[in-house]
Amino acid sequence: MYANKLNRLMLGLFIRHATAVGRSAFSWTAACKQRTLWLQRRACLKTHQHVVTCPTSARSASQTTVDPDEVRKFQSLAGKWWDEQGEFAALHALNDLRVPFIRDNLLNVHRARHRGKPLGGLRILDVGCGGGLLTEPLGRLGANVLGIDPVGNSVGTAELHSSIDPDLRNRVSYRASTLEELSAERTGGQEEQGADHFDAIVASEVVEHLADLETFASCCNHVLKPGGSLFITTLNKTNLSYALAIVVAEQLLHIVPSGTHDWEKFISPVDLERLLESNGFSVQSVQGMLYNPASGAWSWTNSTAINYALHAVKVRDDPHADQAEDGGSHPEGHAGATAEPNN
Amino acid sequence: MHRLTRATLAFNGLGRCFVAEKQVSAIKIPSRGLVCAEHGDDYSKHEVYDVIISGGGMVGSAMACSLGMDPNLDGKKILLLEAGKKKVMDKVPDTYSTRVSSISPGSTTLLSGVGAWEHITKMRCKPYKRMQVWDACSDVLITFDKDNLQDEMAHIVENDIVVAALTKQLDSLSDNVQVKYRSKVVGYAWPMPHQAENSIPWVKVTLASGESVQTKLLIGADGPNSMVRQELGIPTVKWNYDQSAVVAVLHLSEPTENNVAWQRFLPSGPIALLPLSDTESSLVWSTSHQQAEELLQLDEESFVDAVNSAFWSNENQSELIETAGSLFRSTLSAIMPSAGSPRQLPPSVAGVGPKTRVMFPLGTGHAAEYIRHRVALIGDAAHRVHPLAGQGANLGFGDVACLTRLLSRAAFDGKDLGAIQHLLEYETERQRHNLAMMAAIDLMKRLYSTNAAPVVLLRTFGVQATNMVPALKEQIMAFASK
Repeated sequence: MYANKLNRLMLGLFIRHATAVGRSAFSWTAACKQRTLWLQRRACLKTHQHVVTCPTSARSASQTTVDPDEVRKFQSLAGKWWDEQGEFAALHALNDLRVPFIRDNLLNVHRARHRGKPLGGLRILDVGCGGGLLTEPLGRLGANVLGIDPVGNSVGTAELHSSIDPDLRNRVSYRASTLEELSAERTGGQEEQGADHFDAIVASEVVEHLADLETFASCCNHVLKPGGSLFITTLNKTNLSYALAIVVAEQLLHIVPSGTHDWEKFISPVDLERLLESNGFSVQSVQGMLYNPASGAWSWTNSTAINYALHAVKVRDDPHADQAEDGGSHPEGHAGATAEPNN
Repeated sequence: MHRLTRATLAFNGLGRCFVAEKQVSAIKIPSRGLVCAEHGDDYSKHEVYDVIISGGGMVGSAMACSLGMDPNLDGKKILLLEAGKKKVMDKVPDTYSTRVSSISPGSTTLLSGVGAWEHITKMRCKPYKRMQVWDACSDVLITFDKDNLQDEMAHIVENDIVVAALTKQLDSLSDNVQVKYRSKVVGYAWPMPHQAENSIPWVKVTLASGESVQTKLLIGADGPNSMVRQELGIPTVKWNYDQSAVVAVLHLSEPTENNVAWQRFLPSGPIALLPLSDTESSLVWSTSHQQAEELLQLDEESFVDAVNSAFWSNENQSELIETAGSLFRSTLSAIMPSAGSPRQLPPSVAGVGPKTRVMFPLGTGHAAEYIRHRVALIGDAAHRVHPLAGQGANLGFGDVACLTRLLSRAAFDGKDLGAIQHLLEYETERQRHNLAMMAAIDLMKRLYSTNAAPVVLLRTFGVQATNMVPALKEQIMAFASK
């Protein structure tokens, strides 16, 4: 009763403020951003309250067979990966570019259209899937996606998160594994050409964390179907990328946790292209990406000085076909490189 | 940067946060109870829909059709919940219904897109090519038309016809959209923004039958007293006009082309005559509660007299205003001789349809938020306006078009349909339009509810000047016909 009145009073206050905002011709985007922040605040408030109520729930949970400590650990991690405004916010926002990039390039290669499921029938490997931030959207587009990550906890988080969604349950699966292990399995076990191989590999924001890119490229080639696509998004090795990705993003603005990146491991598009070409790939397009920390949004750009996305296709095995492909694919490759991806 | 914004927010959000905190404690108790009861895999037993639309009125049904026909949303599980029974219309009833809507070209586009407009034109609707608005306190008038009566400005359609057309269309979409009639919602349980302990993953809807369903996105289209909005505790800015509207179906004294919508602003409120056919028109008379009661009590003959005198009487006019107005008018026509439009006279009314007189209270309301985590409000659940501009249904159809476009894009990008990002976009885009429209309507309402000389003079001059400038009128129409 009183609470109700108080609410109304507070509401009155807010309304007056809102009209004041309108009068001072506040920009709507700013208002929108404030709203996002407010939602975030409210989220904090709620999680905080949950911490307070923890003892009761822990007691009730301990009666089940699940280890509550394990569950809580996964869930706290899940909260981090899936908090759209948290530490991985920039990675969430990156989906606005990388999902259409992958979708449109795959749609160019595989013409078969499924209404409502543009990637229906394709098998995709997400290398370094983390919490499954990119794995899930690809699954929703109809692809059958396997996410692998060496960090067991991340895979647990990803599994927990996608298990809730009945649409994803049958389309998305995860394994705590490395690409080398996966590749070795394929050699050791059933070597049925094409049966277990992937139509596409996605390694988004991954290669800058790897120790041996040569092995990575050859493993990719190994598990990919001939003509299959490899998508990479990563950071260029330039002075600008050092200044922005390490100094600004990690140390000044804390967009990503400090220590996330090691500049020495960054690779320029030219080097990456050379490495892939020597491992049986033909690079179709390279496109620069730009992050705006003020709006928290990514956009495509012509400059690959900082972040970039790359699409390569595995050249078919037959040396003659290889030649023909090489001759034939050049104009196409050129077209791919100049064509702006949609959105 | 973020911190700075947050500091200003602390001020701005104080009211909201406080409200939110109160709600959390209120909501948490039932939701926690639920989680205890449903621990483990229990929640997977209830069916999970991609979208549930609560409320199968004009706007809710249009939303269901529009989502069901979108190619990018193909294969999504969509459910429409309607408390009432299925409204099938095998043949058009002989008498006109009193509840009508003015359907703008923008809304027509939406309804054509979902295939319902074809059914509507086959049943019945009446286009009008001109709108004349004038004042009881002076002779000044403003008219709106498109390309000198070449094009329709809008259509007057009975609400029942719109719903019947959409229902027919939903029948043909049964693969994509499931409809549950006679299903009353008794409870909602809300999920937390991101996966928190004890949180249910989706919005849970409990029906009166005891059945529970879950959804990734709940769209509240449950009208001005929206249960979705109330359960979420979303505050609304609302006020009553202390007015009621009397609606009726009127018979004209002689058949005319009847393609003009007439509206006269009386000091007690606007009265509008909207064409239904060559011989019938729909009346929407906004006035004080007391006068509305009286109008309902009158016998048919006196009621018809009252309507005619409301359109024709000069009792509120004063000489001063007349002189000033005609002076101003002649000055304007000296400057722009060709502009402006001739005055037309409204048709006279001969009778009123039996038992068609109904009254209902008028109010305006606007939800402070259109969205929450996994929830969006559309139509009257988010905004309710005075009927004087005939925009109520159109604002709702505008919401439908906008939300469909954003959800379609989100689906094509593989996004979770309930994710906050595109819902925020919906809210920003629609509030920008709806608030401007509501403010304009409310201003009109207030400007015309007085007969104080200065205000009358002001509106006399303003309306005449506007009437002379076609470009300005086009702007007004373009905004209103979205």
